[in-house]
Amino acid sequence: MSLGLLLVQALNGLQFGVLLFLVAAGLTLVFGVMDFINLAHGVQYMLGAYLGASLAAMTGSFWLALLLALPAALALGLLLEWLVFRHLYDRDHLSQVLATFGVILFLNQAVRAIWGSAPLQMPVPALLEGGIALMPGLQYPIYRLAILAAGLLTAALLWLLVERTRVGALVRAGASNAAMVAALGVDIRRLFMLVFGFGAMLAGFAGVMAAPVLSVDPGMGDSVLILAFVVIVIGGIGSVRGAFLAALLVGLIETLGRSLLPDLLRLVMAASPARQAGAAIGSMLVYIAMALILAVRPRGLFPVRG
Amino acid sequence: MVTIGRRGTLGLAAGLAMPAVWARAQGAGASPGIKIGLVAVQTGPAASLGTHLRDGFLLGLKHLDGKLGGLPAEVVQIDDELRPEVAVTKVRAALERDKVDVVAGVVFSNILAAIIRPVTESGTLLISTNAGPSTFAGRGCNPNFFTTSYNNDQVHSVMGQAAQDAGHKRVFVLTPNYQAGRDAVAGFKSRFKGEVVDEVYVPLNQLDFSAELAKIAAAKPDALFTFMPGGLGVNLVRQYRQAGLGNIEFLSTFTVDEATLPAQGDAAVGFYAAATWAPNMDNPQNLRFVRDFEAAYNYVPASYAAQSYDAAMLLDSAVRRVGGKIADKDALRAAVRAADFRSVRGNFKFGANHYPVQDFWLCKVAKRADGKFQTETVRKVLENDTDPYAAECRMR
Repeated sequence: MSLGLLLVQALNGLQFGVLLFLVAAGLTLVFGVMDFINLAHGVQYMLGAYLGASLAAMTGSFWLALLLALPAALALGLLLEWLVFRHLYDRDHLSQVLATFGVILFLNQAVRAIWGSAPLQMPVPALLEGGIALMPGLQYPIYRLAILAAGLLTAALLWLLVERTRVGALVRAGASNAAMVAALGVDIRRLFMLVFGFGAMLAGFAGVMAAPVLSVDPGMGDSVLILAFVVIVIGGIGSVRGAFLAALLVGLIETLGRSLLPDLLRLVMAASPARQAGAAIGSMLVYIAMALILAVRPRGLFPVRG
Repeated sequence: MVTIGRRGTLGLAAGLAMPAVWARAQGAGASPGIKIGLVAVQTGPAASLGTHLRDGFLLGLKHLDGKLGGLPAEVVQIDDELRPEVAVTKVRAALERDKVDVVAGVVFSNILAAIIRPVTESGTLLISTNAGPSTFAGRGCNPNFFTTSYNNDQVHSVMGQAAQDAGHKRVFVLTPNYQAGRDAVAGFKSRFKGEVVDEVYVPLNQLDFSAELAKIAAAKPDALFTFMPGGLGVNLVRQYRQAGLGNIEFLSTFTVDEATLPAQGDAAVGFYAAATWAPNMDNPQNLRFVRDFEAAYNYVPASYAAQSYDAAMLLDSAVRRVGGKIADKDALRAAVRAADFRSVRGNFKFGANHYPVQDFWLCKVAKRADGKFQTETVRKVLENDTDPYAAECRMR
């Protein structure tokens, strides 16, 4: 394997990691601040993708679709909060898991009823079409670089928001001791709603950004959700910084492991079993890494709660 | 509820006491029609395939004025939910409660494997209109089981032959890491004699193919062979095009078809597929099928629809051949076996194992004048091909 290929794979890993971060950021805030397990977070990512794809088809413009999809995702998030989630904050985690799982089933089926079960497509915006030849024969799509840039920018803005503003301070305080924040006279319900809507919008943003690259289909949120949970558990629940680093770590492990392992195993095994074992272990690698990290740091890399 | 319970018990008692007489009484009894249990998945990501399958069969019935061989036909729709245990329960209910005369449909092999015994052991004919695993083609063949599709392995081997014919020397292979993926590689290699530069297996829930695409670019093969059904294929095709790999020939099976093309769009144009049928096949029955299908359902039919349409025509021919006496299962089976109908594929007959003996084509994705996408035949790769397991089949 050449150095060029290795660098491209690292870039792929970072780009996938950044996409995971966009989904995981909202999840970690909601989980951390509100102590609320929202399995439906993946569905909100899916809704973002569907809104983006159909708005793009309606308006004919990616940018307009992105602009409209964000408030729509926010509104849907707030609606869900008002309709379902708000009644679950005081319940135990099991009730939350059950109810939000119900929301997954309901919304997956609703999406199927509205848009049909065949996957949709969303075109890459003309401005970001084409690619850059990072290695011979491979055009690295500009759009993927744009995802990387958008993710890094979002991470920077989130950091500013959480670390440098008053709302951010409240969010951090809520993450370490919600009861105390409420006792100090902060309307915690409103803070929760704000955080929840923001998280839904971030997930929707990730969905719109992913739509031109990944297939938009019912259930697309479910596979992302599992990795997003891995990310927030590794990063430390409630920590945006942790989610960012963990997302990049998971993206890199996933991508590099999958591409390098079969070749590495071939050094010690015959080609055919090495390929299959490599593929099998490659897909387990993220979970093995999670287990190892949790064994050493049970609260994740950047624990929030004191 | 009480009535149903009582009738069920009565039926059970009668069935235990004198099955033959009871069955005949049913056949010659009040209902002069024919009931078809149509198994088509309507739940989950694969539901669009089930919709193709169902619409194809229903269009066939519509063309036959709602009759099969002159008998008024009734369709009992069964959603298998892509869960074998659900499929078995629902199919059992269709057999015992609804008394269906024939079970047809089935998109996925694992569903077929679950229902084949309950259906065929009750003496009912099972006509698969898509799933065609090799399990039931060789030693496991079954007199009451027919398929109007193909043996899966055949399709992969056709692509191997096509790569061989095209003179490709170095091919990169990419499939999901499960049994069907490994079967695809074996099928492809059975006819491709050139070098397989690398075989890469990905998890079934893979989202992003960027790592694999970089590997393909680095290996610089003449062509890629891949089998990526459903959403996997949508992601792969679009990312492959976005990565500028479009100049490396894209040879695929079950990856680009009319069910996935609406989502793949322009990215798939020029990509290859192996198939037994394509919407552009030029024969009168196919022209009528495609035209009326698009008029009725407003989308381009895929092979699932075509094979199910054929199944309706096949059943029509069989019921006609036995003069509507469908209670005589042996005669009906022989009549189905004769395959005395005109397929939308042109050539069609059954081999010794009740799998079709037919032509296989290399197809290419094209954009039509109306902006929709379809696969179109490029050349015939294999003529009257019998599936490789047929020789092992001993019908009992």
